Amino acid sequence: MTDSKYFTTTKKGEIFELKAELNSDKKEKKKEAVKKVIASMTVGKDVSALFPDVVNCMQTDNLELKKLVYLYLMNYAKSQPDMAIMAVNTFVKDCEDPNPLIRALAVRTMGCIRVDKITEYLCEPLRKCLKDEDPYVRKTAAVCVAKLHDINAQLVEDQGFLDTLKDLISDSNPMVVANAVAALSEIAESHPNSNLLDLNPQTINKLLTALNECTEWGQIFILDCLANYTPRDDRESQSICERVTPRLSHANSAVVLSAVKVLMKFMEMLPKDLDYYGTLLKKLAPPLVTLLSAEPELQYVALRNINLIVQRRPEILKHEMKVFFVKYNDPIYVKLEKLDIMIRLASQANIAQVLAELKEYATEVDVDFVRKAVRAIGRCAIKVEQSAERCVSTLLDLIQTKVNYVVQEAIVVIKDIFRKYPNKYESVIATLCENLDSLDEPEARAAMIWIVGEYAERIDNADELLESFLEGFHDESTQVQLQLLTAIVKLFLKKPTETQELVQQVLSLATQDSDNPDLRDRGYIYWRLLSTDPVAAKEVVLAEKPLISEETDLIEPTLLEELICHIGTLASVYHKPPSAFVEGSRGVQHKRLPGSAGSGESADSPDTGSAAGVSEAPPAVIPSQGDLLGDLLNLDLTPPTTSGPPPAPSSGMQMGAMDLLGGGLDSLMGDESEPPPVPQRTDTPQSPQLSHQSPSPPDYSPTELGGDLGGSPAMGAGFGAPPTAMPASFPPPVSGGLDDLFDLGGSVGMPMGAYSPPKSIWLPAMKAKGLEISGTFARRAGVIQMEMTLTNKAMSIMTDFAIQFNRNSFGLAPAGPLQVLTPVGPNQSIEVALPLSTVGPVMKMEPLTNLQVAVKNNIDVFYFSSQYPISMLFVEDGKMERQVFLATWKDIPNDNEAQFQIKDCHLNSDAASSKLQGSNVFTIAKRTVEGQDMLYQSMKLTNGIWVLAELRVQAGNPNYTVSLKCRAPEVSQCVFQSYEAMLKN
Amino acid sequence: MIGGLFIYNHKGEVLISRVYRDDIGRNAVDAFRVNVIHARQQVRSPVTNIARTSFFHVKRSNIWLAAVTKQNVNAAMVFEFLYKMCDVMTAYFGKISEENIKNNFVLIYELLDEILDFGYPQNSETGALKTFITQQGIKGQTKEEQSQITSQVTGQIGWRREGIKYRRNELFLDVLESVNLLMSPQGQVLSAHVSGRVVMKSYLSGMPECKFGMNDKIVIDKQGKGGASDEAGKSGKQSIAIDDCTFHQCVRLSKFDSERSISFIPPDGEYELMRYRTTKDIILPFRVIPLVREVGRTKLEVKVVIKSNFKPSLLAQKIEVRIPTPLNTSGVQVICMKGKAKYKASENAIVWKIKRMAGMKESQISAEIELLPTNDKKKWARPPISMNFEVPFAPSGLKVRYLKVFESKLNYSDHDVIKWVRYIGRSGIYETRC
Repeated sequence: MTDSKYFTTTKKGEIFELKAELNSDKKEKKKEAVKKVIASMTVGKDVSALFPDVVNCMQTDNLELKKLVYLYLMNYAKSQPDMAIMAVNTFVKDCEDPNPLIRALAVRTMGCIRVDKITEYLCEPLRKCLKDEDPYVRKTAAVCVAKLHDINAQLVEDQGFLDTLKDLISDSNPMVVANAVAALSEIAESHPNSNLLDLNPQTINKLLTALNECTEWGQIFILDCLANYTPRDDRESQSICERVTPRLSHANSAVVLSAVKVLMKFMEMLPKDLDYYGTLLKKLAPPLVTLLSAEPELQYVALRNINLIVQRRPEILKHEMKVFFVKYNDPIYVKLEKLDIMIRLASQANIAQVLAELKEYATEVDVDFVRKAVRAIGRCAIKVEQSAERCVSTLLDLIQTKVNYVVQEAIVVIKDIFRKYPNKYESVIATLCENLDSLDEPEARAAMIWIVGEYAERIDNADELLESFLEGFHDESTQVQLQLLTAIVKLFLKKPTETQELVQQVLSLATQDSDNPDLRDRGYIYWRLLSTDPVAAKEVVLAEKPLISEETDLIEPTLLEELICHIGTLASVYHKPPSAFVEGSRGVQHKRLPGSAGSGESADSPDTGSAAGVSEAPPAVIPSQGDLLGDLLNLDLTPPTTSGPPPAPSSGMQMGAMDLLGGGLDSLMGDESEPPPVPQRTDTPQSPQLSHQSPSPPDYSPTELGGDLGGSPAMGAGFGAPPTAMPASFPPPVSGGLDDLFDLGGSVGMPMGAYSPPKSIWLPAMKAKGLEISGTFARRAGVIQMEMTLTNKAMSIMTDFAIQFNRNSFGLAPAGPLQVLTPVGPNQSIEVALPLSTVGPVMKMEPLTNLQVAVKNNIDVFYFSSQYPISMLFVEDGKMERQVFLATWKDIPNDNEAQFQIKDCHLNSDAASSKLQGSNVFTIAKRTVEGQDMLYQSMKLTNGIWVLAELRVQAGNPNYTVSLKCRAPEVSQCVFQSYEAMLKN
Repeated sequence: MIGGLFIYNHKGEVLISRVYRDDIGRNAVDAFRVNVIHARQQVRSPVTNIARTSFFHVKRSNIWLAAVTKQNVNAAMVFEFLYKMCDVMTAYFGKISEENIKNNFVLIYELLDEILDFGYPQNSETGALKTFITQQGIKGQTKEEQSQITSQVTGQIGWRREGIKYRRNELFLDVLESVNLLMSPQGQVLSAHVSGRVVMKSYLSGMPECKFGMNDKIVIDKQGKGGASDEAGKSGKQSIAIDDCTFHQCVRLSKFDSERSISFIPPDGEYELMRYRTTKDIILPFRVIPLVREVGRTKLEVKVVIKSNFKPSLLAQKIEVRIPTPLNTSGVQVICMKGKAKYKASENAIVWKIKRMAGMKESQISAEIELLPTNDKKKWARPPISMNFEVPFAPSGLKVRYLKVFESKLNYSDHDVIKWVRYIGRSGIYETRC
């Protein structure tokens, strides 16, 4: 009886013994042997050698044995395609068996044998089974069509199986209908435009009828399919909703969530003044709350979804705060999610309870949870003004606990509270200052420094405090350095007499001793401002700050809409669109909510749908993901030049661009017609680049962005004027880089064949009103080029193209305007090569080789980001002298060495060397030790950073080892990726 | 859809591995083991994405069940399926343990083949499955029997087979409630709710139509409107407001939605008819009054009073009060009026057990806790005092009004069915902060 013994055989010669047993005459012995084979297969042993012997056991009337053999077949058929043919006859025969269970088993298993040759034999039996008299066989055959489609889509279409499958939607048996719907939905997903599932009111009616009768799983398939339908008008929408609402009482949570998805989507189409609309809203809350009494894993899924629902329709759960209170024994993942929703639901009515809870949580054990709870208290203060005072006193209590991470988290949020309610709670500063020494996290240090700078006039020893930070200036993170610089300048402007020395010290630290361009730039701006016009400096640095908005961490509205269409699925759990984690074509389709009935336009058009959705006044937020918009606002699009050679890249051109800021960016600002307020960019405690690093990015209202923009021209102007306060020692990186580039461009005889990745789609047409951009980067004859294909998939002509980059790690910038001379008509493509320079503004990106691009045409401005291979930055004079190489290798600390493996590369060392040479990776020396070739290589990046490499190649071993040494170890990962790409292409 | 399903033991060894989709490679089995089972920290999410492959897992004792996919599947469905699979396995061979799984691996593969086709969950009702997945081989079924099986598996009433016969038609209804409470030290109810289940054991012949009625406020009010006004007032008091309820798939949901009547053809044997939740007018069977006093840095004085709050004629059972103690406890002295109390160092708690307690009574425990002096700056988190008990009534106030059985084809009537009803109220998470 006990089958566990099959797991224990580890003898040698086992396979041989099994072979003998499989060929035994006794049925029992055969069955035992097959069981042993399956057990070995499960634990990962290779038993494929027994294939013919196992297949021989297939001809049996013992169903259990047959199932075991089938299981084996499914696992190994692919590795033995020729032998698998042996099994075909039995399958065909079984499909004719009088017992429906055996017919179904045969057709089910055949579909799982993924061997091309078998598929043709499968067609006839499948066709019969799709029309079988027994529903059990039909429901199995329906799924089999999906299986076959996965192996050979063309065959399925040619054989007309798709039509048969469509017919099954009208089958009398509900389970057949459900499986047919599931199969069709999956097939349709891989053919986005096939119109395979042309849902019309008749089919919808059939589905709704089957919904009442089929199994819980079938109901899920049908509901998920219904969610893809767009009703024609509000009446149809209401009638579907009415028939779906009973599902909210189903015991299966997945049925409930899928029903919620359908309702949330179709509700968009109902007029808000309709009675039914209110009724429906009320009906949604109880089932959502019930989901929280399910098992913890389902609670987690439910909470992630509720998080979306609350953002879209806060009114549904506004009275249900209590159910989200954390229980002591909840798993941590449930606790963290509940906390998130509590903050979203916090309002004046329930804030007292919420605060009491949060205070309780702040004493728990789990560090992440405690931190989040502390942060939540701060967010409550900002969201509910009446509670701010209580929040602050709670935070002070928490600071008294002296638990290190609690204190730091509290200080970070108190800074935000100061921003929101200026001149109200400054009495607590003294307490904060007491904890200065315990702060070791950059974010907390930066927050504290901001506070000291902002309120320097009220802190007697502000200069001493800031001075103490200054001692270790170079060991601080950028965030802290920037903040310290600004704080000291503020202090100086407030108390000029005592702090002159301090400000000079920090300015020289920032401008002369720092490698960080952001810091240097900011230092110079302050320096010049202070030396030319202190009054103006005061206006800029101490300008009034815009208020920060209440809601934080909101999901960007269009993404939210898409996620609402994916309620219950993985996308809603990850809070990412399917394309972010699904490979291939399946995830590419973007779903959107239908437009509301009031919009007056056809609801089919996705654009009007989104417009109507957005107009429901979602709070204006900057997308927390990517922050693309926020970053790109700092730049402008050069107007299209239709004639003349491209101007030389120089700061003059930058100036031109800056002047155009106002006009070019109007479109970005949308309806914001007010002039931007006083510039204060340098003064905000969280400038955009900081917001990247903070876990909960501070929120920027549109007005503040306006402020940012307003600040930029001033800076641009500063650059244009000859530096007055600039120390003479300042190295001119701009012209230096430029010379390099021209030198290279001028030289001839460059080795060709540099690696260039294949073109990929950067900007899908869906996201850019019909403009699709695919492209790649290449280095051709020493010039970096961005090669793009612009395709117009819209109905109207596109003209006036222009391009601009955001600041990036290596200062890449267009060396000229985008040369699109002719308008691009509908369905037309155009190839453009844009030469790039590396003299643009620099900002470290994450990942390093990320490039954020804005493209403008006559229709709109679009943003995308792409990653370039770092190899295109390898310059032609990257060959190091042998001696220099040796010295440098020794000189770079071992900590900076990074080692990587390149797998499956079948080049010998010479071929690899010449291949790499094509991309400006130069082999300096080669050494052979015990059959292992060691290549020593060097390359130089456009910004002068050298990378040294040791490439180890063992003859006959496809795995290479690369060791990279560089003074800037951040680039190693990128360089390694390029290595892999260069070698494999 | 689900691409594959793996079962591991606590060490991460694979016990069952069934791959449904081609995009799931053999390395997926190892990826989950390395990244989740062998991960150093606590599990931070039941869904893990490793190299664009998503893993869903649940744990039963020390067995891991993981479903794998590369698509944007319905996540709620995957978890529901995993739970369902646990139910099916339990119904077939009892507790889910490494030994049982190894002993029944052939059966499990057969079940997996049946209930998951190409990653799509299929009928997974044990009642139906047991008719044709038996591990005994299918012995000479007649044609009628075969088609009966298939029509049941695919049919509208997939949970019940035809032709069931009992000499004695009998049914049992259990109203099982768990009452949850979170109370502040001052006795303020922070949150309280009852989650209840109605479990039915039916031994009925044929295909009986059943109708279940309870003191649901909405139903009673509707009826009250038609009847005399004083009756409505009387019954209104006894009715309860149900926040939400969910039903077994045998219940006709559209009928409940329109008429709020609960009608169904029950599965044979034991199953869960409905779940419900109430938050209003809950009878809290016990009240816990804590008093914690810190005497210096090395001593705590704890006094806890419990009061029972129900009819004196009823008896509560299996009462257990758990008073957490700090980690640096060195010794505890306890005095209790009733039952037995013990300090359990391994659980960092004083556990006070009382076998029985009648309603409207009160009992008390006091303890002195000696602490070791520590220089640990972190304050003791003071976990809440929790309580367990069992009472013979429904704390929500739910009452079964009727369960009518109709079977038109066979000659037994509603009166011939023997019916039993039982109410049990248990503690869920019943906590008082101190």
